[in-house]
Amino acid sequence: MPKVKVARKSVSLDMTAMCDMAFLLLTFFMLTTKFKPEEPIVVDTPSSVSEIKLPDTDVALISIGKDGRVFFGLEEQGTKLKMLEEMEKKYQVTFTDNEKNEFKLLPTFGTPIGGLKQILNMGTSERAKVNQPGIPCDSTNNELKDWLIFARAHNARPLKVAIKGDKDSNYEVVKRVIATLQEQNANRFNFVTNMEAKPSSLPK
Amino acid sequence: MAEIDSSGGGKKKGGKKRAKKISTKIDMTPMVDLAFLLITFFMLTTTFNKPQTMEINMPDKTDKKDEENMKVAASRTITVILAKDDVVYWYQGDNDPTTVKVQKTDFNEQTGIRKVIVDKSGEIMKSSGKDAVIIIKALDNSKYKNIVDMLDEMHITNQKIYAIVDVYDTDKEMLAVQYPGSI
Repeated sequence: MPKVKVARKSVSLDMTAMCDMAFLLLTFFMLTTKFKPEEPIVVDTPSSVSEIKLPDTDVALISIGKDGRVFFGLEEQGTKLKMLEEMEKKYQVTFTDNEKNEFKLLPTFGTPIGGLKQILNMGTSERAKVNQPGIPCDSTNNELKDWLIFARAHNARPLKVAIKGDKDSNYEVVKRVIATLQEQNANRFNFVTNMEAKPSSLPK
Repeated sequence: MAEIDSSGGGKKKGGKKRAKKISTKIDMTPMVDLAFLLITFFMLTTTFNKPQTMEINMPDKTDKKDEENMKVAASRTITVILAKDDVVYWYQGDNDPTTVKVQKTDFNEQTGIRKVIVDKSGEIMKSSGKDAVIIIKALDNSKYKNIVDMLDEMHITNQKIYAIVDVYDTDKEMLAVQYPGSI
């Protein structure tokens, strides 16, 4: 009886299709996503059934941490530069061109204007480690208000204000931030939330 | 098959030197490896979903005209007070400390504030033919999550008229008397 010879198949397979797909996905991800902005504060947002999306541009983001620290973030670099220059005038501090450039690239910050210089002179990794104290926004010293006024005044398009609060932050801080907004007639703003499924039925 | 015969007709020895035919197939394994590595990198470091938001419109503080229009019959109002530890207090009608009994509930999906709002707004709709007015007040020691949840309840129960208002002193007194330790 002759031996049955198993046909030897080549182990190398055609990977062209796989490669095509991999690069297709790669291109897709590169084009559709944007990098996570570095955040000096961890904010765990509450979830809601709301389905409105936050726009990409022209958003002033006020983050409120668990411990009540307030941070301010803005993407538009031109607006930020003008904002900083106005703050220089108002608070009698001067920033070098280098510091201004750093500020333009800084997505979020949370220090009183006095401490901003120090933060700007740090390297990115060093900055991430430092615990920023938050922007003062109480009735005696409301720097957040000034930042917002200048940001809204100098942005080319209407600026949307979004509040990104931690779910465990006290309402007291949120109330102060809302009051700050209302003082300057910014009565329309957004709460940033996570997605949550809407319950299908109401209790009877 | 479709290959060109390059063996040269007949002349086998001492012919022209030909460049060795190299296969056009290359090993694509490293390329695929790299591509997948990059995909993984982009998937992990970038944000894909834009965050959801909730739009809030607050009344204009400087515009006094609105205040006149905003006066509504007290019987149509439901006041909800958010307190610490996710507790919710509510009452219907005027905040008269002598007559109002403040009720206590929570954020439970079946038995909590949602049921209260569905029931009460239904009653108000039936008796007056108008929508209920929900007044949301948050105490300073309530959490941000509470107010977002409360606004969510408004969405879920399809309430049309609701407002976020500061807590009045009378409300605080009422809570202090009826629920000691709640503030």
